[in-house]
Amino acid sequence: MIFSRRSILRATSAAVGGAMALSAFGAQAADTIKIGVLHSLSGTMAISETTLKDVMLMLIDEQNKKGGVLGKKLEAVVVDPASNWPLFAEKARELISKEKVAAVFGCWTSVSRKSVLPVFEELNSILFYPVQYEGEESQRNVFYTGAAPNQQAIPSVDYLMSKDGGEVKRWVLAGTDYVYPRTTNKILEAYLKSKGVKSEDIMINYTPFGHSDWQTIVADIKKFGSAGKKTAVVSTINGDANVPFYKELGNAGIKATDIPVVAFSVGEEELAGIDTKPLVGHLAAWNYFQSIDTPENKAFIAQWKAYTKNPKRVTNDPMEAHVIGFNMWVKAVEKAGTTDTDAVIDAMVGISVPNLTGGYSAMMPNHHITKPVLIGEIQADGQLNTVWQTSGTVVAQEWSPYLEGSKDLISDWRKPLACGNFNVKTGKCGGKS
Amino acid sequence: MSLTFRSLPILAAFFFIFAILGHGLSPARADASDDIFANFATDKFSDTEKAVVGLAASATPNSLTILEALADGRLYFDASTKIVYFKSTDGALYVATSNAKAADVNAAALKKVRLNNTVRSALQSAQGSMGLLAADPARRRSAAEAVFKAHDIAALPAVDLALTRETDSRVKLAFTQARAAILAYDTTATDLQRLTAIDVLRERADQDTLGHLSAIAASSDGRIKTAAQAGMTAIQSRLSLLSGVQNIWYGLSLGSVLLLAAIGLAITFGVMGVINMAHGEMVMLGAYTTFVVQDWIRVHNPALFDYSLLIALPLAFLVTAIVGMMIERIVIRYLYGRPLETLLATFGVSLVLQQAVRSIFGANNREVGAPSFMAGSFDLGGLAITSGRMWIVFFTILVFGLLQLMLKTTSFGLRMRAVTQNRRMASAMGIDTNRIYAMAFGLGSGIAGIAGVALSQIDNVSPNLGQSYIIDSFMVVVFGGVGNLWGTLVAAFTLGIANKFLEPMVGAVLGKILLLVFIIVFIQKRPRGLFAQKGRAVEV
Repeated sequence: MIFSRRSILRATSAAVGGAMALSAFGAQAADTIKIGVLHSLSGTMAISETTLKDVMLMLIDEQNKKGGVLGKKLEAVVVDPASNWPLFAEKARELISKEKVAAVFGCWTSVSRKSVLPVFEELNSILFYPVQYEGEESQRNVFYTGAAPNQQAIPSVDYLMSKDGGEVKRWVLAGTDYVYPRTTNKILEAYLKSKGVKSEDIMINYTPFGHSDWQTIVADIKKFGSAGKKTAVVSTINGDANVPFYKELGNAGIKATDIPVVAFSVGEEELAGIDTKPLVGHLAAWNYFQSIDTPENKAFIAQWKAYTKNPKRVTNDPMEAHVIGFNMWVKAVEKAGTTDTDAVIDAMVGISVPNLTGGYSAMMPNHHITKPVLIGEIQADGQLNTVWQTSGTVVAQEWSPYLEGSKDLISDWRKPLACGNFNVKTGKCGGKS
Repeated sequence: MSLTFRSLPILAAFFFIFAILGHGLSPARADASDDIFANFATDKFSDTEKAVVGLAASATPNSLTILEALADGRLYFDASTKIVYFKSTDGALYVATSNAKAADVNAAALKKVRLNNTVRSALQSAQGSMGLLAADPARRRSAAEAVFKAHDIAALPAVDLALTRETDSRVKLAFTQARAAILAYDTTATDLQRLTAIDVLRERADQDTLGHLSAIAASSDGRIKTAAQAGMTAIQSRLSLLSGVQNIWYGLSLGSVLLLAAIGLAITFGVMGVINMAHGEMVMLGAYTTFVVQDWIRVHNPALFDYSLLIALPLAFLVTAIVGMMIERIVIRYLYGRPLETLLATFGVSLVLQQAVRSIFGANNREVGAPSFMAGSFDLGGLAITSGRMWIVFFTILVFGLLQLMLKTTSFGLRMRAVTQNRRMASAMGIDTNRIYAMAFGLGSGIAGIAGVALSQIDNVSPNLGQSYIIDSFMVVVFGGVGNLWGTLVAAFTLGIANKFLEPMVGAVLGKILLLVFIIVFIQKRPRGLFAQKGRAVEV
């Protein structure tokens, strides 16, 4: 009597039930639309990207509560490229070929985006890229929901040159040594010179990734700033190196009223790891701040805190970019009536959805979106408080007019042009470069 | 009795003055201050700036309180009624114009008066000129510094008055310099006044003065320009002399950080010969222990905050020593004498530890605060020395000294040295070599842990903290000579100082590359490092 009849019966029914559940699941799987989430959950970039994975899961969850898209439920497929650039390409291939996702939301660093570009082109799928970047790119399969340099860097320099910003005359361009800071600084240098700033009033400084000993550079900045002209630092210092940089600034007693620092890669998430009291008044330029006082933003923050079950979680700019990108995708799919890549790409241009700062963002023919530019000051509580903003939204210039190689290029993915790097001087499309 | 009678006339005089103030002056003043306060309520930075300047110039009795409230973000206005309120430090709400407690306030309608850097500058200079007569000498001195920076001509009468009253010689010097800064810019002053002022500035000879002098030289001509330029050259030559000393200090500071991170590795790798890739993670665990301690203190006993690092030190040592011994017992002891496998296994352990911390604490940086004695910087004969860095230098030397003392004088140190020199012979003499190995590994890890406590003050507390130190640590140990603690010390400081002299010349990126190239070449020539172990090396 090892197996009683009843227990066998129970086991069998469980097995049958399980099989039925499985088949039901299979049937359901065919009726879902899969969305790929390609963000590093381990390794160096996990610090920034994990949040974006969470926000995607929340958005998909919300959309399903509203009934999904085209009558089908959405299903997130999360993969972990582990901050490893070649692995990004492999995981992207897996998402598109094996999982058959309708669109992918992912990447943070430019190098990871560059590594997946050929995959999206080859397999003809869609990528939403949510981070501010150096521009000089426009690809048919990619929708750039982060800021191009003219939607972040140039307005903040304009602000610092204005009376409100302190009429800065001398500039330190400090960055981590890789493609985004180098390109941005090249654009800024050309822009500053076009505004009449002399070369001796510009100091450019690069540091390795993860640089942690800032004594010399902070002393140099102090020295550069004591030439009798108002000086500011434009920082493209990346991620982890910011904390020791700001700690050293605070310790060296450089206050925002002496030499303000405006940063393009420091948001609420990064500030959460620093004691911000010595940093009050230093600036950050983004297209979204958690402190924005609009009903849309308040609802989003409440939803985010409820979803993560953590009242201390902060929101930041790339999260807003994913919110906009996701809502645009949903609208485009509904407009096209299908998730077919070509139809959705055609439907995307011209789609306009509310952003969280109280306006509308529209997808332009260059596959970039319109955004308001905000300058915020670091507050003692680690939040950023808007001190200046553009009156409306700014259209992205993916090809910078301040760089020799790109000033004649435009991008327009609408037919019949359908070109990402059309040269207006020669009248030719550069095609793949 | 006589006292009361005598004080009567004084009291009467007081009443008389109050009566005059109450009847004659108050309404007029109230009107003026109403205008000032109205400017706070427009939510425009330019108006707020006007209000700050107006408030500083007016004789409103509570203006200093209000400016302080504004600086701390405790000044509010009601958008509909335009009434300005301030919160005292204990959170009570007052009406700014009357200084009376506010009643029936619609808290939801209150908006904070916002600041930007322009307003903040005006605020600092206003607070400066108002603090010139404060009772506290330190306060007077910082007020003088604010005036020196702002060099606003409006502050001149106040500085002159303060100068005649001042008794403290250091504050007096600060006032004299502030006065000189104002006069040197003042185009309405006589040439003689301006030249004397420039001479005073020249004596001060620091970065800020250089800024003033170059601005003056740019905006004037003739004798003033020549004098300012001469002053600039004098200051510059003094500063360039100082920058050499400053570089040595920066180098010592960087060297001490390198040494602190490497010293534990010098034991596990240098003395025991174990290639421990998880060494950086021990540093990281130490930093997270500090975070946990501070977090607990913030919640349970904020008064202890200044001692948080002291409390964290033994705990960090304990936590990392235990983790280290566990790694030795579970992984490394099976791999002695197989360096390649040890390298791979410990690399795996380091990834496991990183991801474990990431899962427990999250991927974000954690905030570790600085105790008050470690915050800020001070001036030592023109050298700017940050307190945190100075304490780390002292702390490193202390740790190094204690470690040497332990190895040389205790019986555990003796056994450890015996085991590392010749394991079999030591075993034959009755030493439990397994136990000594585990304890030595624990010691190395524990020291890495307390290094983490110190490094949490200057670097990110994130799961990646250790990775940034592991390469540098190996570099230091190999360069110094495996198995030699003194070699590690010399190597750390040499690399630190060399780095800090290279950095201003060729930049941080190229400087680091040059150093690595140098070490590669050096190791080719002297494979055993700076101080090679004589005789039989440690071959387990």
